[in-house]
Amino acid sequence: MTPISLAAMAASVPDGALIALPPDNSLPSVALAKALIRKGARGLRLVGVPISGFATDILIGAGCVAEIETSAVTLGEAGFAPRFSAALREGRIKIRDATCPAIHTRLQAAEKGVPFMPLRGLIGSDILANRPDWMVIESPFGTGEKITLLPALHPDIAVFHAVMADTAGNVWVGRRRECATIAHASQRSLVTVERLVEGNFLEDERLCPGAINATYIEAVAIAERGALPAALLDEYGFDTDYIMTYARAAKTEAGFAEWCAEHVFGAQAVAAE
Amino acid sequence: MSAADGLRAQRPGASTKELNRPAPDSYRVEELLAVSIARLIRARPTRHIAVGAASPIPAAACWLCVKQGDPLRLSLLHKRSGNPFTEGSRELFDLTGQGRIDLFFLGGGEIDGQANLNLIGTGEWPGMGVRFPGSFGSAFMYFMAGRTILFREEHSPRVLVKQVAHISAPGISEPGVYRPGHAQALVTGRCIFHFHPEQGRFSLASVHAGETVESVRAMTGFYFEVEGEVPETPAPTPDELALLRGTVCDEMVETYPEFCSRVWGRAQAA
Repeated sequence: MTPISLAAMAASVPDGALIALPPDNSLPSVALAKALIRKGARGLRLVGVPISGFATDILIGAGCVAEIETSAVTLGEAGFAPRFSAALREGRIKIRDATCPAIHTRLQAAEKGVPFMPLRGLIGSDILANRPDWMVIESPFGTGEKITLLPALHPDIAVFHAVMADTAGNVWVGRRRECATIAHASQRSLVTVERLVEGNFLEDERLCPGAINATYIEAVAIAERGALPAALLDEYGFDTDYIMTYARAAKTEAGFAEWCAEHVFGAQAVAAE
Repeated sequence: MSAADGLRAQRPGASTKELNRPAPDSYRVEELLAVSIARLIRARPTRHIAVGAASPIPAAACWLCVKQGDPLRLSLLHKRSGNPFTEGSRELFDLTGQGRIDLFFLGGGEIDGQANLNLIGTGEWPGMGVRFPGSFGSAFMYFMAGRTILFREEHSPRVLVKQVAHISAPGISEPGVYRPGHAQALVTGRCIFHFHPEQGRFSLASVHAGETVESVRAMTGFYFEVEGEVPETPAPTPDELALLRGTVCDEMVETYPEFCSRVWGRAQAA
């Protein structure tokens, strides 16, 4: 597989696409999120798998997002996600609240190619009360248990950042197997990577368990340090200062615009990618 | 929920009965809460604890138990190196669904007297007043973990309310719903409540130094039971403080750098 450019990858994302994104602790592609802002993406529908973080907040701040389904939006130790909070208050985005295992279960149903799967918990929560697309049944196995059925969730596009891709088009995410679930459940996967390596991960017994088969990968783009400020496995850590600086700047619309000009559109930001 | 919630232990007229006890200004409220949670962990048989997002004080309590020699398995969802989950982030919920997690921790933007949790927000759905981050795994974990210790440092009438605006996860469930687990206790910056799922009510178990039943009542929006004399929450011992500031902090600094720097002055790794 020949890597494409980050800009070409962003250009392949149509407005209105349903995009699955992992949060800050599980390999988000912040590089592609920034490229989508530069391209002027609009009307995106984001799925936080199972929650949403920094990449989601900047996409919302830049006006790229129409709605999100997620179990939380947070900047972790830096607190609430400021652009998400503002957009919700101002009625610029819709949110469908979920709970973490519900997102996983809906994706696993898609992964298995079945129309729905059951999940315990949920009953008595207002999350369920606000999800007309979820349904409570009595177990057909005669136990009398009430249980919730969740419809399969099929994202158009999975977006995440892997450590590396090989020349056969496989990507390697280590133990972050939720990226594999997203890739399996989505129609196509766009993956940014730190580097391209010769060979085939599937032929290496030690690399194979952390690999995602090229079957699921539509395109790879090289974006060094493409998860930052999020961490990437044992490659690099969280940039706490960067997130704290963002959280302060993005409290206001003007502060976010200034932050964006420097960190998304700035000459340095683009040159680095 | 904000990092600015930190209440310092404040202390006029401290008791001099226990000479071996550190003066209240010699420990931080975060340390008192961590040792209090550690006692609640030991109060019931516990083999496997999971700790979720944004829970540095519960994580410190778990590490304290481990460093004191308790044979616990600790699964930290946000641990970057050596993360325990090899099947993706769904594995925590799969394990819990199987009954393999004995204890979990949850908080809430609002918590009411029936132990209902609101992590959604205030005002009209979906939190058009103040929006909180969201429910995370609460709507599943609260039911399915063997038990849950609720933790919220801010203890005020806006947090501990008569009735939550929205229910992320209910404190009790109707018949016919599979529900093995409930709240064990609620730990706040002022006191410890125990929860009684049969009655759907909290009782006051202890008050932290400087608080009284009356002062807790005044700052709590929900009704709670008081049975007999309510003791003072025991202060951290010098040994506990040494562990927290030493090896517990060592374990936590990678995952909670901001917390370790704020509470223990531990410099962040470059």
